[in-house]
Amino acid sequence: MLTDLTNTTTGEIRAALAKTRDQMGGPATGVVLNLIIVTDESGQHDAVRAASQAGREHPCRVLAVIARDTRSTSRLDAEIRSGEGTPGQTVLLRLYGPMSEHADSVIMPLLVPDTPVVTWWHGLIPAVPSAQPLGLLAQRRVTDAARARAPAEALAALSAGYKPGDTDLSWTRATPWRSLLAATVDQELDDIFGGVVLAEEHNPTAELLTAWLSSRLKAPFTREISAGPGITEVRLATTGGDVVISRPDGRVATLSRPGQPDRHVALQRRDIADLLAEELRRLDPDEIYGEALESLESVAGIPAAPG
Amino acid sequence: MRPNPLRDPRDRRIPRLAGPCVLVLFGVTGDLASKKLLPAIYDLANRGLLPPGFSLVGFARRDWQDADFAQITHDAVKAHARTPFREEVWLQLREGIRFVQGEFADDAAFDNLAQTVRQLDAERGTGGNYAFYLSVPPNAFPVVVQQLKRSGLSSPPEQQPGRNRSWRRVVIEKPFGHDLASAQELNAMLDAVFPPEAVFRIDHYLGKETVQNLLAMRFSNTLFEPIWNRGYVDHVQITMAEDIGIGGRAGYYDGIGAARDVIQNHLLQLLALTAMEEPLSFAAESLRAEKEKALSAVQIPADLAEGTARGQYAAGWQGGIPVRGFLEEDGIPADSSTETYAAIRLTIDNRRWAGVPFYLRTGKRLPTRMTEIAVIFQRAPHLPFDATDTQELGQNALVIRVQPDEGVTLRFGSKVPGSAMEVRDVNMDFAYGESFTEASPEAYERLLLDVLIGDPPLFPRQEEVELSWKILDPIEDFWANHDKPEQYPAGTAGPPSADEMLARDGRAWRRL
Repeated sequence: MLTDLTNTTTGEIRAALAKTRDQMGGPATGVVLNLIIVTDESGQHDAVRAASQAGREHPCRVLAVIARDTRSTSRLDAEIRSGEGTPGQTVLLRLYGPMSEHADSVIMPLLVPDTPVVTWWHGLIPAVPSAQPLGLLAQRRVTDAARARAPAEALAALSAGYKPGDTDLSWTRATPWRSLLAATVDQELDDIFGGVVLAEEHNPTAELLTAWLSSRLKAPFTREISAGPGITEVRLATTGGDVVISRPDGRVATLSRPGQPDRHVALQRRDIADLLAEELRRLDPDEIYGEALESLESVAGIPAAPG
Repeated sequence: MRPNPLRDPRDRRIPRLAGPCVLVLFGVTGDLASKKLLPAIYDLANRGLLPPGFSLVGFARRDWQDADFAQITHDAVKAHARTPFREEVWLQLREGIRFVQGEFADDAAFDNLAQTVRQLDAERGTGGNYAFYLSVPPNAFPVVVQQLKRSGLSSPPEQQPGRNRSWRRVVIEKPFGHDLASAQELNAMLDAVFPPEAVFRIDHYLGKETVQNLLAMRFSNTLFEPIWNRGYVDHVQITMAEDIGIGGRAGYYDGIGAARDVIQNHLLQLLALTAMEEPLSFAAESLRAEKEKALSAVQIPADLAEGTARGQYAAGWQGGIPVRGFLEEDGIPADSSTETYAAIRLTIDNRRWAGVPFYLRTGKRLPTRMTEIAVIFQRAPHLPFDATDTQELGQNALVIRVQPDEGVTLRFGSKVPGSAMEVRDVNMDFAYGESFTEASPEAYERLLLDVLIGDPPLFPRQEEVELSWKILDPIEDFWANHDKPEQYPAGTAGPPSADEMLARDGRAWRRL
């Protein structure tokens, strides 16, 4: 069901939300999350689609903030979608003129009370997410360094401005690798004294993985460039020989250990809806991400951010 | 084992993962395997929770090759898996699938099995870790277990220096005997081959989110525990209703009946979790200790004729379809005195629960399929309203819905809108399906993973099984020496004697 409101107010949007909810079957829509998406006209379609896919696992009220021409006079247009195969509600908010500087004043009345708030920047990454008005509203702030023009620089900036509650989808992308590596080290009896992470250029996930491995294992890990896709290999140098996980095709990984048969395991790259779903699963600060960001600097082989 | 620096309790994105291992499944042609176990294995693989090299060996009488068993698994996964089918996950699983054909009594077949798993160790690096899942009728347990011992499969080799110690585990399904003596016999037989910590008794109810949530609800909140006692609770009703009949289970069901089939394990476990004191921690030892204390304090009614009821479904209409009565089912003798409905009234002799009855009921061919724990509270000691204002006010209740539609309902009185002061019952609802950012895994996923990791809190121990039989045995003896079960038409809520049992206490069953 679609409701279009042009040149509107937050009061009218609230009334329209209440009305659609009643028409869709009463107050039983258990919304578990407010998800604010900061995006632009070109990115909103993909972002909202990912959010509604993730919303199938957990209904949320999606509030997409789209900044329009800043030189015009202040105006608010809203598009309310509900139903359409997903629980929860989606509101696209188009902000014109000076109003776009005050998006938080538009968002605040539209948040579902007693329910957590997550802000996701789909596109430009603010230097300090927690200092943004829309970041201040949220307990969890999601960025995606991989979408930045210079991912390594973006990561360095996120590291400098890190506050608990920040998280980045390039860290989310590392989860399957990290859990496979943790399971591999569970079985490891030899000492690990270093290693290599091989990945395509401009892959912030690889930098974070390298930083995480070196800080946790207290051993030097280097980041090397391969043709991709994504991360293609992680090598752990142990006193008993190299333990290698390689994934040349972005789908199936092979685990090789000295003196043992090779083992295969599915390790597919995930789409943005999957990543978002993982991100929304836990809403408390991810301290391990903070620590990985902190140790980025100390990792040798990471391309230094110019300037 | 030394600590793994990559693991950190704060890092909750990294899941618990099983180490390299082989799962040997006996009874792969059964319903449980195709509907629950094989799909659960795929779901675990799809969620990235199975280790690289994980292998699955099927053992059955059928004249199958590896490829046939893989095809059966593939079909079962496609039809029943919870998560979407992904080719690369399936291919990874497919590589580790083997099949061994044979009878349980056949030594050569088990030698073949031993050779197959050792080959998997060499080819796929499963490290000599084997879990044996006995999804077979209980009368086959002794021969399978003996064969595992004879073929050397049941005991892990001595630890080699510089290698991890390998493990062997055995998983059994209910029934764990049909009375105390047979349960002890079964245990003695297992005990002779496997150490107690290697035996995992599956009660799939304990793998359900709601049941684990019962512990979270009771022990992580301030709201419920203060009233969780005889001072506020009037009584507790624990129900497991099924709308189906016995189906093809006549051979097993006749002579067993509803009480042994359901009350002894599921309902008494739910009772223990509802009634137990706060455990020291959620470690297996502490949890089991509290459950055992609760079960030890259970008292059966002094007058078994008044405190129990049983019935047999007769022909009738169930959900708009005419169905046969129990005595007309294939394979059931026309004079069978096996009950398909059982209700008992228990009390718990301790300070928290003295005088609070726990009513347990289960039955087949009831109007709906439903499992719940309902804690019914006492009426307010004084109502400052006119009697007519509160006529529609019932007792407050907290209902834990175990299945379907997992969740919790809280029922309390509220003012009816209007100019008069009229109070009526309303419900406050929490549904698992719409409140979390994560879909609930199937009970078998959780339990299989726990077996492979070796994590026992959700598995009942032999002591609990024996305590449950001690509660049930006298009731079964009484029933065996008395009248036949009362008939109730299929599709109704059970025999009149069950309603009378509660009416004598001035109470009524919750509507099914």
